[in-house]
Amino acid sequence: MTVQRLWSRGAIYLVLIAFCLFYLMPFYVMLITGLKPYEDLNVTRMWELPKGIYLGGFLEAWLKVSPNFWNSVIITVPAALISSLIGSVNGYIFAKWRFPGADTVFILFLVGMFLPYQGILIPLVRTLQVVGLYGDVIGLIMVHCIFGIPITALLFRGYFAGVPNELLDAGKIDGCGFFGIYRWVLLPISMPAFAVVLLWQFTTIWNDYLIGLVVLSSPRLAPINVAVQNIAGSWSVEWNVQMSAALIAALPTVIVYLALGKLFMRGLLAGSLKG
Amino acid sequence: MDSVVEKGERGRAASPIAKIRRSSWFRGDMAIAFVVLLPSIIAVAIFIYGFIVWTGYISTVKWNTVVEDYTFVGLQNWIQLFQMDRFHWNLRNLLIYAVGFMSQCIIFGFLIAVLLDQKIKGEALFRTIVIFPFAVSGIVTGVAWRWLMQPRTGINLLIQQIGFEGFQFAWNSDAKWGMAAITIAAAWQFTGYIMALYLAGLRGISMEVREAARVDGATTFQLYRRIIVPLLMPVTFTAIVLTGMGSIRVFDLVTILSGPAFTTDTLAFHMYQSTFGLYRFSLGAAVGFFMIFLSLFLVIPYLRSMRSEVER
Repeated sequence: MTVQRLWSRGAIYLVLIAFCLFYLMPFYVMLITGLKPYEDLNVTRMWELPKGIYLGGFLEAWLKVSPNFWNSVIITVPAALISSLIGSVNGYIFAKWRFPGADTVFILFLVGMFLPYQGILIPLVRTLQVVGLYGDVIGLIMVHCIFGIPITALLFRGYFAGVPNELLDAGKIDGCGFFGIYRWVLLPISMPAFAVVLLWQFTTIWNDYLIGLVVLSSPRLAPINVAVQNIAGSWSVEWNVQMSAALIAALPTVIVYLALGKLFMRGLLAGSLKG
Repeated sequence: MDSVVEKGERGRAASPIAKIRRSSWFRGDMAIAFVVLLPSIIAVAIFIYGFIVWTGYISTVKWNTVVEDYTFVGLQNWIQLFQMDRFHWNLRNLLIYAVGFMSQCIIFGFLIAVLLDQKIKGEALFRTIVIFPFAVSGIVTGVAWRWLMQPRTGINLLIQQIGFEGFQFAWNSDAKWGMAAITIAAAWQFTGYIMALYLAGLRGISMEVREAARVDGATTFQLYRRIIVPLLMPVTFTAIVLTGMGSIRVFDLVTILSGPAFTTDTLAFHMYQSTFGLYRFSLGAAVGFFMIFLSLFLVIPYLRSMRSEVER
């Protein structure tokens, strides 16, 4: 390796490390601030590590947001599961049962993935009020499932399109119909796709703020991100408690990301429509 | 339905009779497929398309109090909206946000992807760290960055401590640059996604292409400038659409990082406040509908590019 090459390799690593420090900085700040007692929060010593591990801030934050944390679990888990199931059937149809006009329907679905929700919020609230699901956990789960239809169909369609038609033909010859092929041929091999879609939906729904805020705004029932914003919005809450609450809100998706990073990556790429 | 395919037919699938039978069997299941998809079609038709039309309709009526009022007023809400100072601020802020957010995401996303593509040791770790922020919500991002952007501490303190003692900047609460400061937090969260797209794109460019350029005597810079960047145009296009959409609908970050008056007010925030804070539903509907209209400038070209891929 020549000297010049050594230098350029070194520079690449340095730049990459600098970027990584930047991306980790807010997490570092959240963590060390969350672990400090209120008395140790000093604007001039903000970057310093805490003297010891103090969990009082976390405890206080947990007492404030734990009901909302569990609400988010109750909303996110079923919504992610149901929307993934719907998506797998829809994706199966879009990939393998392209009835006349199916592609146009698919494109029209995709548009729904992009449009800003502000353009549909008022009718959404009115409709939920009329059917009695406004301010109701079930209503929010339903809304997440409906808004998840485009992306889940897209992800599963991409996966099923890669399944050779011969496999389906074999199923047909064995006497399987529409449901048989899904149940016995595609479902057993679609677990990787399920993992990606579940992960994607879980993250999206858990991290949602706007829909939760509009549909389920009562402080007791609100999802975790709405609760964290309420805490952050009231200036009376100490910084260490705010940071702890934010970390609690981030924890489930961060754990899932660290455990299943590869799948997350795959979801990211497929979600960009290059499926 | 299953009984139509008789056991005796195996091995004779190519005969004309079998073909006819097969296609009618096929059509039957095709109908089932359509029926199974129908609830989703109806849901999307109502909850997305129907609601957009409904929003457009609300923007032309007199519903500007808590009481629902569908008295038609034509373009009155729209004229009012277009004359509002706040709306002008929204457009200014959208422009600043879009330029700042999109350029940071695309430039840094591309740069990091190119660096990671140089056979880096520990690539997976670097990649994980860069994408990490994408796993957290806009609210969490906002809470962390609000602390970092506190004038008397945070980034200011860090910059002062590394030697620039006079450094002082109000970040998100700066009356002039507040919106631009917010894009730093936004790009922090989203750059990893764009980086992942570029990295996948780079991995899709074959070694032969690079080798051929080298043989032709291209320098590394020329290789990227003349060959790799053009080849990655589809990725850049996707990145523009995704970040552009993010710019139009930014809401949670500006809720938490809001600066003085309307200096960081966005269309999304305006829509939310008008509607659910001030109960000016028709005005809010006009803002929401305007956001849909803006997003069409990104969605339509994107779907055009998708169409060929979908119908493959």
